[in-house]
Amino acid sequence: MALPQTLVSELDELVTHYPEARAALIPALHRCQEELGGWISPETMEDMAAYFDLEPVEVYGVVTFYPMFRTSPPGRHVVSVCHNVSCDLRGAREILARVCEVTGAEKGATSPDGKFTVTTVECQGACTSAPMFDLDGTYHEDLSLEDVDRILGGVEA
Amino acid sequence: MSAHETYLLDRAVTENSHRLDTYRAAGGYETLEKVLKDPVEPKQVIEELKDSGLRGRGGAGFPTGLKLSFMPDVEKDPRPRYLAINADESEPGTCKDRVLMREDPHGLIEGILITCWAIRAKASYVYVRGEYRHEYDRVAQALEEARAAGLVGKNVLGTDFSCEIFMHKGAGAYICGEETGLMESLEGKRGHPRPKPPFPAGFGLWGSPTTVNNVETIFNVPFIIQRGAAWYRTMGTAKSPGNFLCGISGHVERPGVYEVPLGIPARQIIEEIAGGVWKGRELKAWIPGGSSTGLMPASTIDTPMDHDSLKEAGSMLGTGAIIALDETACVVRASEVIARFYDHESCGQCSQCREGTQWLYQVFSRIEHGHGRVEDVELLESLANGMAPGKTICALADAAAIPTHAVVRHFRDELLQHVELGRCPFDGNGGEGTATRREPAGASA
Repeated sequence: MALPQTLVSELDELVTHYPEARAALIPALHRCQEELGGWISPETMEDMAAYFDLEPVEVYGVVTFYPMFRTSPPGRHVVSVCHNVSCDLRGAREILARVCEVTGAEKGATSPDGKFTVTTVECQGACTSAPMFDLDGTYHEDLSLEDVDRILGGVEA
Repeated sequence: MSAHETYLLDRAVTENSHRLDTYRAAGGYETLEKVLKDPVEPKQVIEELKDSGLRGRGGAGFPTGLKLSFMPDVEKDPRPRYLAINADESEPGTCKDRVLMREDPHGLIEGILITCWAIRAKASYVYVRGEYRHEYDRVAQALEEARAAGLVGKNVLGTDFSCEIFMHKGAGAYICGEETGLMESLEGKRGHPRPKPPFPAGFGLWGSPTTVNNVETIFNVPFIIQRGAAWYRTMGTAKSPGNFLCGISGHVERPGVYEVPLGIPARQIIEEIAGGVWKGRELKAWIPGGSSTGLMPASTIDTPMDHDSLKEAGSMLGTGAIIALDETACVVRASEVIARFYDHESCGQCSQCREGTQWLYQVFSRIEHGHGRVEDVELLESLANGMAPGKTICALADAAAIPTHAVVRHFRDELLQHVELGRCPFDGNGGEGTATRREPAGASA
């Protein structure tokens, strides 16, 4: 599979920011994940390796080191619930339980209808407005159980 | 609230504070113009920062002027030079840099430009944690505005000084907040910290002289250059001058990010500024500066919030992020959550850290869930002693060991109480509304 031309053009610009092209690898992987189904497939890793003139295993090593990169396809929407100490003190466990209940997804898994993937994440830097989750890249903070119902209930299929 | 002088958040509260015209209306970029056109020589900028006593706000508290002075003499070293901004804010409890990036990105950019001038760097990278998408966009938009206005890029404000600033997105690894891990990550690799020496000023990004500074640290720079070191020293303490951003989270009535002078007693932040412990309860424990600085008993909240006072009290100022625990919270559970974090974030290079963080998590977990043994308390200490200090490439092992020592020192009785009861006496309570008992806590009760 070849990378879409628009993405290649974007990467061509991105690598000019650095004295060595490889430095653009992590931002490039972000763009791939955003554009190519929410995960980094083995094919994408090979494409990235070819683009950056690296061995595929080097790209694999980077992808698997960073928690934000997914190596399997997620559901259509991703809910990342913070379970670190500040959120834990303000009810993150109840929030997580409610998120799982509302979405029908188990922690770390995707709901049977493929709509939601639910994960726990370490501190997201929203400690003073805990508890929080990230839904498809947007923070929702200072959550109550009612907020969980309202926010997730309003997500389109 | 106490009446102290403020500057860090003054602009952040105004409407459209993130826009260039708002920033300029408040005198923004005038300091940069003065520095470039007067000019204020790079050495003078560094001297002023040294005189001010500014210390890094990323956790270690290293004197900023001194750090900048480590960059080699430009006449003798022709290599390119870089400034990397550490916006990988990930220490649990910490969310202060986020406020500055979101509400006052031009303040950061002006600080970057003046610092680049001081170390004669022509390029800077702002390494933002990947989760901060909104904050990343805010700084990126501000950069676009600044570039269009001739403030960033070739011939800044029509002078001979050229400086590019690039945004760079991380991908969720705490270890990339460690300066050499950050540099590896910026080079497109796994964030494995490098052994030191060589230090970044001698061998940093792509083998070139590099300085890595925290967002809030660099944000202080234009204020100090504009108003002077003497003004800066009117705030804070002799050894920790200036104000800092204190994020306070957990069991208080008004969690938030507040600007306070260094040396302010923690009691004043907790009881007055943050409105006291929530629900009229008593304070049981507090963490002074992010999860790695350890749980302290409530009896210590008169400790001044500065580097030396907290060190003397057996903790650290760290990132200045207070976490408050009320009387219903379980310190073993908090320790379990913190230990889990360091286990998750260990990069795996050093066996003491890779294995040690995992063991700490397992031992805290079994004590919390009713399967602990009396000798586990000594085991925790022995594990922590095997990990730090100075036994690993970077300080992540220390960050896991320090809170372990702290909970054993201050809350030994509560650890042993869990062991004796064979369950958590607080029902595994992380706080209000979390009364659901965790598996398998009930199993042996």
